[in-house]
Amino acid sequence: MSTELQKPKTTAGGGQKLPGRESADRKEATQGRWAYTLLAPSLVLLAIVIIYPVINAIVMSFQKDSGLDATTGFFSEGGPAGFDNYIHWLVQQCTAPGGGSVACPPGTLGAQFWDSMGTTFFFTLVTVAFETVLGFWMAIIMARAFRGRSLIRAAVLVPWAIPTAVTAKLWFFIFAFEGIANKLFGTQILWTGSEWPAKWAIIIADVWKTTPFMALLILAGLQLIPDEVYEAARVDGASTWQRFRLITLPLVRPALMVAILFRVLDALRMYDLPAIMTQGANGTTTLSILVVQQIRQGFNTAAALSTITFLVIFLVAFIFVRFLGANAVDAATSSGKAK
Amino acid sequence: MKSKKLLLPAAIAGVLAMSLTACGGGGGGGGSASSGGGLSGDAANNLDGRGPITYVQGKDNSNVVRPLIDKWNAAHPNEKVTFKEQSDQADQQHDDLVQNFQAKNPNYDVMSVDVVWTAEFAAKGWLQPLKDKTSIPTDGMLDATIKSATYNGTLYAAPQSSDGGILYYRSDLVPTPPKTWDEMMSMCSIAKAHNIGCYAGQFQKYEGLTVNAAEAINSAGGKIVDDSGKAAVNTDQAKAGLNNLVQAYKDGNIPTEAITYQEEQGRQAFEDGKLLFLRNWPYVYNLAKTDGSSTVKDTFKMAPLPGKSGPGASSLGGHNVAMSVYSKNKATVSDFLKFITSEETQRFYATQGSLAPVLTKLYDDQALVAKLPYLPVLKTSIQNAVPRPVTPFYPAVTKAVQDNAYAALKGEKSVDTAISDMQKAIESAGAK
Amino acid sequence: MTTATVSRTSATSTDRPKRPFNWGSFRTYISAAIILIWCLAPFYWMVVTAFRDVGFTFDTTPFFTHVTWDNFATVFDESLGNHFGKNLLNSLIVGVVTTVVALVVGVFAAYALARLNFRFKFVVLGFILGASMFPGVALVTPLFQLFTNIGWFGTYQALIIPNISFVLPLTVYTLTSFFREMPWELEEAARIDGCTQGQAFRKVILPLAAPATFTTAILAFIASWNEFLIASQLSNDSTKTVTVAIAYFAGSQPHQEPYTAVMAAGTVVTIPLVILVLIFQRKIVAGLTAGAVK
Repeated sequence: MSTELQKPKTTAGGGQKLPGRESADRKEATQGRWAYTLLAPSLVLLAIVIIYPVINAIVMSFQKDSGLDATTGFFSEGGPAGFDNYIHWLVQQCTAPGGGSVACPPGTLGAQFWDSMGTTFFFTLVTVAFETVLGFWMAIIMARAFRGRSLIRAAVLVPWAIPTAVTAKLWFFIFAFEGIANKLFGTQILWTGSEWPAKWAIIIADVWKTTPFMALLILAGLQLIPDEVYEAARVDGASTWQRFRLITLPLVRPALMVAILFRVLDALRMYDLPAIMTQGANGTTTLSILVVQQIRQGFNTAAALSTITFLVIFLVAFIFVRFLGANAVDAATSSGKAK
Repeated sequence: MKSKKLLLPAAIAGVLAMSLTACGGGGGGGGSASSGGGLSGDAANNLDGRGPITYVQGKDNSNVVRPLIDKWNAAHPNEKVTFKEQSDQADQQHDDLVQNFQAKNPNYDVMSVDVVWTAEFAAKGWLQPLKDKTSIPTDGMLDATIKSATYNGTLYAAPQSSDGGILYYRSDLVPTPPKTWDEMMSMCSIAKAHNIGCYAGQFQKYEGLTVNAAEAINSAGGKIVDDSGKAAVNTDQAKAGLNNLVQAYKDGNIPTEAITYQEEQGRQAFEDGKLLFLRNWPYVYNLAKTDGSSTVKDTFKMAPLPGKSGPGASSLGGHNVAMSVYSKNKATVSDFLKFITSEETQRFYATQGSLAPVLTKLYDDQALVAKLPYLPVLKTSIQNAVPRPVTPFYPAVTKAVQDNAYAALKGEKSVDTAISDMQKAIESAGAK
Repeated sequence: MTTATVSRTSATSTDRPKRPFNWGSFRTYISAAIILIWCLAPFYWMVVTAFRDVGFTFDTTPFFTHVTWDNFATVFDESLGNHFGKNLLNSLIVGVVTTVVALVVGVFAAYALARLNFRFKFVVLGFILGASMFPGVALVTPLFQLFTNIGWFGTYQALIIPNISFVLPLTVYTLTSFFREMPWELEEAARIDGCTQGQAFRKVILPLAAPATFTTAILAFIASWNEFLIASQLSNDSTKTVTVAIAYFAGSQPHQEPYTAVMAAGTVVTIPLVILVLIFQRKIVAGLTAGAVK
């Protein structure tokens, strides 16, 4: 990839001159070669660890899984599948006992595709909404000057630093039937044993774990806003709400959108919490969990599902960047000049 | 996965297998060209081979494997066994075996295989059929354990250890244990009078629910798959069986929170004195007798699971020992299998590791019963036990059972719909 | 230990001298207290349970009672099949190697992205960001098969390679944000003094970048340490990491859900991170939010 990108500008030959003397074009060319030399190891490494497996998965997804040969009772290889594996998931068609296809009956993984798609998006929507609101509130508090502010900033890092697997076990314990949550609130809720409580248990655990990340990113955005702007607004008689709506929100929007984008894409691949807290039971099977469950029932069908998952996440990211203006690339490149 | 090319001639299958290995199908080794009776491919090789072998098993928690192997090695200096210890987690043991089979690793000679994996590995052509030269004596073994090691009418593994469900009951409240399900339900008024839950098993949506649903269905005379591995659950008996659980849950005889129970939560509730009856494995006995927090130390006893008109049909746990088709020293492995299933070894398993033996007569052995007081009850349980579905698609079948039984328990669908969905889902698992 | 740090930090932060009671700041303190409790209470409960006798697992006394070290003994008890020491070592190996590789490779990429003008910069950045958002399951399926075929199951590289796929983009992104905030005038000055761009990079920028690199290393290590999905699918007994070990912890009996021991294991895994986070709090916040601080 990198070689192809370098090609257009490889004319300039000579050594390094003082920067001011070079034409802009020439400067970009020499910098370009230097840049791609520096970038090459990263790009090659990412190509190996991401692009190769993805292509591998796509190839696999067009193969049938091995099936049982009725005459011998042994497995035989599946052969090319065309789009069968994708059709299997998208329209939830399973092979009927006598040949042909039927709608996947309840109790098969195929029947769960759209459910888990819905679950995944539900989790994403709800957790990110909570995290944004709570994170904003936390960020505003943390932006204030008060004694012990650094204590709060350290404290919010604690949930962030705890491994998700530990978080899952911790909340699983808190939400046990005899656990502290039920005792504290005097309830008798089967948190991980019934559909809505299980969903909320996972949402609460996720919000606890990831709100700090959101809060810190928003805080960073808040701190970019110069105090003078607020002072001026205050002098002009703007109310607290007006200051928030007319100054804070618009100015923090770029940072906020990037934070939301990161969280959304992270939530869409949620696996650890439901895998440990509910094993995907009670309507908490996310796409990632479905893929992992399928791996042991057939690689190739699983590869199709993981490709679909990847495309869904890619599409969401695209929509975010294209239409909602979450420009993480800009955020990373726009250099300190803006300051 | 949804292929229906079941009648492809074996030769074409072979060619496909070869051409596809580069792209990787998950499938099996040499077995695909095998035709019925005689041995072929890897299964026909090295039948007389003797020499050192490797025994593969999950984490040896109770330290039974090493002493056994030491004993074997002392007697067989030229055919020593090396112990390869796997993870303590079933999924990882399974994956480790699959990977070594796919690599045709000749150093995985003989392995301990969970009863529910046996059919899958056999169908992949990885396990040596235990017949002719490699056969082992099976007389005196519990029927259900042999069934769990049999695929398509051929024995593929030697039963190693067994396990079955037991009914724990509060002997202070119930003087004589119920023999049938209906009898047990009628005793639930006692639980109500004492303001405790009546009955619980494992009803969370995981493997334990398959075990419990299968017990309910089998005890009522139904079955999940037939002897050839085909779905056979859509019967009135199966419906009646599942309905027993569903009705009990609806009536409150199974407490609401029991739907979150795995083995441990149920044990906890029973030890806290919150349950009249508990279906669980033999391991609970010692804990409930000795746990500091147990409130029922002297007030519980054990009985066989209640059935329709007598003892119920427990689901079978435990392990089998299988021989890899890729082993170079099959004659040695065959001797080792006989050694594992011998009375002496089985007795050692029981005394040292508290593992339930596969030989019927050991259940009446006074010395053993003194050490493991649950043996007589367990004997009844295992004698009436039914293996969990013997099918190469076990992960799909257990999912079909769990998902639908769970939905029925929670009242999300009727028992009739649940059973017919279960039937269809199992059929679709087999139709690949 | 938390409390010790607490008092130290609050003692040093002397924002304001005494002044009359102020309702606005009172509300701030109430809010701050809520945040504090929300963030720390579950963590506190984990530690309390970790030190509690197993027979009192569901005791709800909110302070340390029935204190015992038994749970920690269980965690490291090999006879129960818990190789937690080994698991810790595995996580450490995977985390350190991943971090070092990602840093060594990523620092150059970040410099190029932050500092140099070249064509297709946006494409490259987009690719790297896209990589950081890449779903782990899309890797697990093909790698599961690939590593099976080439016999890499149960090796460290089987865990390190997929970890690099998400740690490296994170590293590059964080470092890039850091680098563009650095005083590049110094580099210009060095070049005017006759250094080549390469020399300027080595002699001026690298020393300046050391703190940023260190912070990024912490973030990268934490990301790798916390990884679960890939480790749960692609590790075996000899390479199992702590997160997987905790998720499938074995009690002294089969079927047992040893809550107190799991909380003890969670405490063991978390305490080093919490200490790290408290010590390097400012740096980590700066790393997560690079670009905000002047």
